[in-house]
Amino acid sequence: MNTLIAISGLGVFCLIAEIFNLRKLLVPVAALGLLAILGLTISEFETPASFYNNMIVVNKFSVAFSSLFIILTIFLVALSGDFYKDHPTKISDFISIKIFLLAGSVAMVSFGNLSMFFLGIEVLSISLYILAASRRLDIKSNEAGMKYFLMGSFASGIILFGICLVYGATGYFDMAEIHDLSQGLGMPVWFPIGVALIVIGMLFKIAAAPFHFWAPDVYEGSPSMTTATMSTLAKVVAMATLYKLLNDLMPTLSPKVEILIVIISILSMTVGNIMALRQKNVKRMLAFSGISHAGFMVMALLSLSTAATTLLYYTAAYALAGIASFAVIIFITKDKDNEDISNFNGLGKTNPLLAAILTASLLSMAGIPIFSGFFAKFMLFANTIKAGHLIVVIAAVINSIISVGYYFKLILAMYTKEATSEKPAVPFVYTAVAVLAILLNIVIGIWPSLVTNLLS
Amino acid sequence: MDVTTILILLLVGAIATYFSGDKLASKVALVFSLGAFGLSLSLLSTYCNGGNISFIANWIDIPKVALAFKADGLAMAMVLLTTALTPLIIFSSFGNSFNNSKNFYALVMFMSFAMTGTFLAADGLLYYVFWELALIPIYFIALIWGNGDAEKRKKAVLKFFIYTLGGSLFMLIAFAYLYSKADSFLLEDLYKLDLTASEQCWVFFAFFLAYAIKIPIIPFHTWQAKVYQKAPTVGTMLLSGIMLKMGLYSVIRWQLPIAPDAAKTYMPVLIGLSIAGVIYGSIVALRQKDLKKLLAYSSLAHVGLIAAGCYTLTLDGLSGAVLQMIAHGFVIVGLFFAAEIIFRRYETRKIDEMGGIRTQTPKFTSMFMILVLASVALPGTFNFVGEFTVLYSLSQVNVWFAILGGTTIILGAYYMLKMFQNSMLGETNAKVFAEVTSNEAITFVVIIAFLLFFGLYPKPIVDLITPSLNEILSNINS
Repeated sequence: MNTLIAISGLGVFCLIAEIFNLRKLLVPVAALGLLAILGLTISEFETPASFYNNMIVVNKFSVAFSSLFIILTIFLVALSGDFYKDHPTKISDFISIKIFLLAGSVAMVSFGNLSMFFLGIEVLSISLYILAASRRLDIKSNEAGMKYFLMGSFASGIILFGICLVYGATGYFDMAEIHDLSQGLGMPVWFPIGVALIVIGMLFKIAAAPFHFWAPDVYEGSPSMTTATMSTLAKVVAMATLYKLLNDLMPTLSPKVEILIVIISILSMTVGNIMALRQKNVKRMLAFSGISHAGFMVMALLSLSTAATTLLYYTAAYALAGIASFAVIIFITKDKDNEDISNFNGLGKTNPLLAAILTASLLSMAGIPIFSGFFAKFMLFANTIKAGHLIVVIAAVINSIISVGYYFKLILAMYTKEATSEKPAVPFVYTAVAVLAILLNIVIGIWPSLVTNLLS
Repeated sequence: MDVTTILILLLVGAIATYFSGDKLASKVALVFSLGAFGLSLSLLSTYCNGGNISFIANWIDIPKVALAFKADGLAMAMVLLTTALTPLIIFSSFGNSFNNSKNFYALVMFMSFAMTGTFLAADGLLYYVFWELALIPIYFIALIWGNGDAEKRKKAVLKFFIYTLGGSLFMLIAFAYLYSKADSFLLEDLYKLDLTASEQCWVFFAFFLAYAIKIPIIPFHTWQAKVYQKAPTVGTMLLSGIMLKMGLYSVIRWQLPIAPDAAKTYMPVLIGLSIAGVIYGSIVALRQKDLKKLLAYSSLAHVGLIAAGCYTLTLDGLSGAVLQMIAHGFVIVGLFFAAEIIFRRYETRKIDEMGGIRTQTPKFTSMFMILVLASVALPGTFNFVGEFTVLYSLSQVNVWFAILGGTTIILGAYYMLKMFQNSMLGETNAKVFAEVTSNEAITFVVIIAFLLFFGLYPKPIVDLITPSLNEILSNINS
């Protein structure tokens, strides 16, 4: 609860900072503020509590995921300073929107009541709509914002409909009460329908097939900074929320539901990977790669009892690799009119460090050992096999092999092609964020217990 | 002191090489790799005196993964092979100059680290991590410092990467499955598992896919020749000298004892496939015009015979296979080095464009000749010991296997000697061929001395590996 109040306070502070003309200091102050909030959040780890009639429930799960979100936001805020330096008058807006987005995210993993959940998802989504369309003179950004807004509000509507049906079936918005009721027999048929509608809405938010059609266009059209936010923070938040919802509303999955999850998982992985193979635009490629990762994450739901740990680890690995790669991608494509792979030609020679970081983060996404992406995939596979779903694992492995094809396209471009243009010096913040993110990724790859012991 | 010190030394060596700068990199790498060799020798003596040099510690709690390094005679033999070949390979490259040599040598050292880890690991997941780690450096070595047309090279190397990664991911599924049964990745616990026949079959073939691609066994060999040809010679040496042995070693260490019944059931098929590789490799080698490609196919043939030896599940087969792994590791490094020496002077790998080198360089010719003879298993060389033990074990299983496998020697003698004749003898080539430098000569002398010494006196190595092979066999047959 303190976390949520502190984050909202920081957001408001960032807005006010503009009046007092503190723009230059804003990025460091916001980052430091977030660091302090991170400390505050972690201090709540051992003390579960609930606030305001169970509106907010703080427990290990919520604290662990909130901390991850805060870390990701720190990186994103740090990058914003340079990214928006051409729009100095707007920087406080952009940063406060990102912080409000974080507030929504924290609400989404610590809600104890469906109305709070809906508030969280709306705060998150509206922030993203604004960020997607934030380059208002760019027609592509406008398109992205519009598309995302239409599709997103449609999904929100579906979620709301689902919540209504659940309310109608149980008479409660409170998760604990619904959880108790759902254990008993004789639930009316619109209860599962309601849950299904909520899940569909969330699958839309994480861009899992077949609810993924908005993702590539929106990712490509949005400013790179927003794409980074969507593909790391927003995706991770939605996945954690989906798990929390399913775990409370439907703790034992019936075989039919499991088959549905299997289908969505395999479909997402395959569609994402095969489409990614054909992309020339890096942001589009990462959008499709994100769709396939969504398939992997959905797979974790098949072993619901261990899914919290697996998901925490997987999302941390995926998001940290995503931040590291986007730090490089944002820098490389900053002054370019497109984000084609050819922009990365010869990066291995002109800037070995950034090339190495991008390579490392792509290897992590492909699941090569020492990077945490490997262990994330492994844990997922092991738990899924234990739950008796060998078929999904085999499909996932085949997809991992396919994914090497497009991740390596970028690596090959960096190391075997000749550079077309000289690159200006890298601002310190890009290097710092990329190095920190990939180091964190490697650290939890070498000592997975740091993360996996948190929730068990 | 335990075996982790070797790993730490190699890893520190890789980092030190990277930070030593382009000029010093090769020397720093050589010093560290020699240090690792010395260290493994001293650990070997501790081991032979009954000391414990294994290491085990907890790594990950959930799932339960241990940092377990088991050093028995077999593992130590392979570690010694790695740590002995690494300095040799690094030293042999002193005549070349590489762009960005600090990166290059750091990758070589890192690869040596990963391969040593693979040989030592006694925990499934740890082993898998090292196994995959070894793939990254060789990918970049072949991609960035390779030769020939860049587009073709990219294709060949990517194919290699996807093939091997794909194979190993199936092995990962097998490990995940075994973990769900045993709740542990430790080698001993996996040995103890009681799997049903069909489970064993699936696990066996998941492993087989990974190893058959790495070794390579027909029909999974298609990546090999092109990568050998395109990679820089150092990369080819690492691949053929050590990395292939990772696959063969893993067959003995992991595949056979974990799924012994499947191995027994499919023995004729497995030996058949391996021997098909022998014959296919030899016949294709006959037609090669490119020296490196010829050596690649000869390697395919020899390795097929080693694999056949492993799958006989007899002590002779296994120990012959291990001996031949070591012998082949040295001889193939020597042969690729000879090819590299010719390339340094003539800038060609086409056998037609060579010829008449003998009259200009008697020393080089005689050293090359010895290596060629060793590779065709002439009695007195180490390769003879290994190859004939394997052939003997094959004849115990079925005499036809031995006869077909024996073609490797007959055909091998034919294509190797023909190659030697066309490249070294014949019309005097107009181009000048400088005699080997002292650096180059040292590499050859070390390799030849090793092959001849253990060819005449293989007992130390046999004594080293036999107890561990017996232990593995008792696990297979229990």
